[in-house]
Amino acid sequence: MKSWFSKFRAVFLLGSLALLMSGCGRENLTALVPKGYGADSSMFLILLTTIVMTFVFLAVIIVFIFVIVKYRKKKGDDDIIPVQVEGSKTLETVWTIIPIILVVIMAVPTVIATFDLADASDAPDHININVTGSQYWWHFEYETEELHTSQDMYIPVDTKVYVHLKASDVLHSFWVPSISGKLDANPENVNTMFLEAYEEGVFFGKCAELCGPSHSLMDFKVVVVSEEDYEQWVDDMKSVTADEEPESAVAQEGKELFEANNCMSCHAIDSEDYVADQVPIGPDLTSFGDRSRFAGVLLPTKENLIDWLLDPEEIKPGNKMTGMYPELSEDEADKIAEYLLQLQPSSVSVDTVGNQ
Amino acid sequence: MSLSATEKRGFGAVLWDFLTTVDHKKIGILYLLGGGIFFLLGGLEAVIIRIQLITPENDFISAGLYNEMITMHGTTMIFLAGMPLLLGLMNAAMPLQIGARDVSFPFLNALGFWLFMFGGILLNLSWFLGGAPDAGWTSYASLAVNTPGHGVDFYIAGLQIAGAGTLMGGINFIATIVNMRAPGMTYMRMPLFSWATFITSILILFAFPALTINLFLLMFDRMFDTAFFDVALGGNTIIYQHLFWIFGHPEVYILILPLFGLFSDVFATFSRKRLFGYTAMVFATMLIAFLGFMVWAHHMFTVGLGPVANSIFAVGTMAIAVPTGIKIFNWLATMWGGQVTINSAMLWALGFIPTFTIGGMTGVMLGSSVADYQFHDTYFVIAHFHYVIVGGTVFGIFSGLHYWWPKMFGRILNESLGKITFWLFFIGFHLTFFIQHFLGLMGMPRRYWVFLEDQGLDLGNLISTVGAFFMTAGTIVFLYNVVYTAFKGEVASADPWDGRTLEWAVSSPPPYYNFEQLPLVRGLDPLWIEKMEGRDKMAPGEPLDDVHMPNSSFLPFLMGLGFFIAGLGFIYQVDNSLWYIALYGGMAFSIGCMIVRSVKDDHGYYIPKEELEEALKKEAE
Amino acid sequence: MSYDPALFPEELPSEPEKATLEGQNKFMGLWFFLGGETVLFAALFGTYLALKNSTAGGPSSDELFGLELVFLMTMMLLTSSLTSVYAMYHMRNHDFKKMQLWLGITGLLGVGFLICEVYEFAHYITDYGFTFRSSAFGSAFYAIVGFHGGHVTFGICWLITLMVRNAKRGLNLYNAPKFNTFSLYWHFIDVIWVFVFTVVYLMGKVT
Repeated sequence: MKSWFSKFRAVFLLGSLALLMSGCGRENLTALVPKGYGADSSMFLILLTTIVMTFVFLAVIIVFIFVIVKYRKKKGDDDIIPVQVEGSKTLETVWTIIPIILVVIMAVPTVIATFDLADASDAPDHININVTGSQYWWHFEYETEELHTSQDMYIPVDTKVYVHLKASDVLHSFWVPSISGKLDANPENVNTMFLEAYEEGVFFGKCAELCGPSHSLMDFKVVVVSEEDYEQWVDDMKSVTADEEPESAVAQEGKELFEANNCMSCHAIDSEDYVADQVPIGPDLTSFGDRSRFAGVLLPTKENLIDWLLDPEEIKPGNKMTGMYPELSEDEADKIAEYLLQLQPSSVSVDTVGNQ
Repeated sequence: MSLSATEKRGFGAVLWDFLTTVDHKKIGILYLLGGGIFFLLGGLEAVIIRIQLITPENDFISAGLYNEMITMHGTTMIFLAGMPLLLGLMNAAMPLQIGARDVSFPFLNALGFWLFMFGGILLNLSWFLGGAPDAGWTSYASLAVNTPGHGVDFYIAGLQIAGAGTLMGGINFIATIVNMRAPGMTYMRMPLFSWATFITSILILFAFPALTINLFLLMFDRMFDTAFFDVALGGNTIIYQHLFWIFGHPEVYILILPLFGLFSDVFATFSRKRLFGYTAMVFATMLIAFLGFMVWAHHMFTVGLGPVANSIFAVGTMAIAVPTGIKIFNWLATMWGGQVTINSAMLWALGFIPTFTIGGMTGVMLGSSVADYQFHDTYFVIAHFHYVIVGGTVFGIFSGLHYWWPKMFGRILNESLGKITFWLFFIGFHLTFFIQHFLGLMGMPRRYWVFLEDQGLDLGNLISTVGAFFMTAGTIVFLYNVVYTAFKGEVASADPWDGRTLEWAVSSPPPYYNFEQLPLVRGLDPLWIEKMEGRDKMAPGEPLDDVHMPNSSFLPFLMGLGFFIAGLGFIYQVDNSLWYIALYGGMAFSIGCMIVRSVKDDHGYYIPKEELEEALKKEAE
Repeated sequence: MSYDPALFPEELPSEPEKATLEGQNKFMGLWFFLGGETVLFAALFGTYLALKNSTAGGPSSDELFGLELVFLMTMMLLTSSLTSVYAMYHMRNHDFKKMQLWLGITGLLGVGFLICEVYEFAHYITDYGFTFRSSAFGSAFYAIVGFHGGHVTFGICWLITLMVRNAKRGLNLYNAPKFNTFSLYWHFIDVIWVFVFTVVYLMGKVT
């Protein structure tokens, strides 16, 4: 499998370079420039089927144009009665057999790739992350590392990472186009797939199954870092405890407000502070200050965070945070924001690989 | 609509005539009218969707309203526009094509229409009664069970009523084709459109019950707290997806096969050539219908069914390309060596070939399961099914309207306006949807209220929206054409296109009994055979005698109304038990009508021989 | 009201139900309708099979079902199928009285079946607290058996309407197809019950 792909990758890298010039989307979002194993497999089949099908399309179009140019009725031809041909066994056999052959050409690699991507037998040897989709955010539980985080999923480069998907409420679908195709998060069963990213970077993930008003705002990121950085990140995340005091006085006040407004009943600020098998109500905030986006879609500025805290409904209609806490004054929101922004436990963050 | 016969009567009389009619030709017109209104409504919703997506992070409409818009656009276009327009064309043409005086069950035919109409009205009332359904046209269980408000209840009630009507239509057409063909009209002499009607009706018959059950399960879960899809009580939402697509995949063939038949007739007529490979075309249609039931899970590649199921459904899906390919090449071969006349009806048919071929291409690409992991639920899929449904179904409906308009209304649609419509719509269509293939792969999932700034999606979406305006303009020109033709259109002869099939053997519009004497069919393209042998009309297949006709009835309308009231009661009984009065009252009213229908004898009436003789004499003059 | 003398011949043909085009249409239409009904029940069977072990801690099929009652119900319905065959036999012999008699017996057996079914449901609800809200299994069970019961009820109403309406008129070419389509429908319900009996009750007892 692998050797096929590496050959083809050379071909379609060239091809995709051409496409890139004509604009094939944002580099860390588009499926047209694959940066991972799954996306590679899909791209190979997309190209194969496109080539085969373009051949068919051209065959149809050439005949089509020829027919309407050549056999178009001319002035004065009103009395010509064309020969009433019943059909032709030979011709009809030809255009039955050729498509069958073409279908086989496309079907065989499809089946091989389907089984290849579905093989999860080596999952115990790799990083396993339990992913939960909820309206409208994503939660990541690192099984062996025993830590939790939300929205930004950190994984090491060039190695398989297994994700086990489940939904806590309605259907969602986990899609990081540059790294791999999508798989649904269902409420009744766990679906497993693996990610294997070839490059470091921040890759955009999206929910691809209609899940309510803010379906289009349920973005997440996959942050691909080097092996060492990943180890570092895990260590840093695990060293956090909930009772750490912020340095600045404003942030300290923010923390008090955070506690006074009962934010803790939904949000954890210690990535290990979770009850097994219990779905958290709100996103983990342990490393909130390092988020690439706030609420999945807002650029990480303090103003945006304050806006979000003051009126989340305005930004993400139908979200589950609206109305769960007393109304905040501008000043209170500012202080809480100050507190949240300094939650940066790790030296490894989206900035390490260049924030996008 | 200008019907020379009806112009002399008052508006009230015409209205009453249409409310009580059981004549397939008038029911066909009603279907076109009803379906046409819903088509405009669905189109309006589409334009609103495109305006919302004209720029990134636009707030033209709110997120909730957007979800209502996409849900209603899909539901309306498929159930309330596409299918009724097809049923309209089938009603208008099929009985004439097989040489029948009417369908097997004229009363059921009218009932089917009124159920569709009242179902459609009920569904659209939701806009004014607290919000339309917002869980997508597929209304997948977990979201549809949880979504607040009555929107999804309207979806369920509306589709149950409209769906029952469609099912009746399907059974009716099958029985008609089995029992009512003219003397000599064997199965293998039927025009392809009649064949397609037959096969489509079988698809309706076997596909719709799955939807009925699925909607029942959803309804029980929403209204009576059952646990079919409640995971906490052992329910399973994947069942919903399976049942939905067991219905839903055949449904897309229900939408396309009739047009395959129609295009076959149009290509043959306007090439003045017999359809190439008639037998292969018939069997290809059957094969597509059969495979259509075997591939539903290709809509569910990303659900996690496992590699075995995914592989089987992937290969099955690709296999459909084979019979479809046969059809495309047979159409090209039909034109090959012919005398191709390019008018409006033919333009739509010609535009269909490249468009549908692209739709078929992307269909095969989507069938490749691993490639589909990227395509699924993105704008690539949106592009694909619009290439198939607009490029096939809508182009086909336009072609059919231009082709049969003279037969239905006695006037020919204006050619220049027809061509303007085509080019505006055709260019607009490709502008709108071609770019969407790329938008999907560039990371834009479907059903997105907004796309974010700086993700490389701006230009594509802008182009797409501009295209939608072109399509709107095309549709408006068509509407103008309809009005123009009604007043100033060229009056049509019985056979304006040098046709080949039986509908062109009767006057335009046909008399209410269709044929004074059923025609004797001597082969495929019966009228063409007679014309080639120098006769200008069909030989009679039966002696002139009294003709039995069914009575008109107001009961179908009343029954539809009863179910409509019951549907409203059903939706609101959860809020206030007084609504049970509407529920049971409406039901009782409809069932009462049914009992009246079954207890009161209705033997129909006879048209006396003398009247027919007179008509024949008049024709001869 | 219009009157068509062709429908009331002196001498009825040997198969009065198929003598008119109207009759043939009805016959054909009903067959296709039953084809659609098959899919309807197939969808319910599929749902039931997928959910039959999802008891969510509630009673399972093994604990609930008692085969004695169900066996009695099966016998009643199968016998009613046979009696409706007798009725059609007499219709073809133009013996209206005997046809009515056998149809009446058919209806009574159907009513007996329904009474047993109502008793069965009541038993589950009162003695086990097993309702269609208890679990996904409960929902699926009541859906499939209830849908079948609904079809039986509809069939009985249909039969009563037919018998009462035509009680004084005797047999003619107008109503013969109506009796015939009823009997076809009734057979279909019996066949479905055989599947319900096998898939729901027998298989529910085995596992």
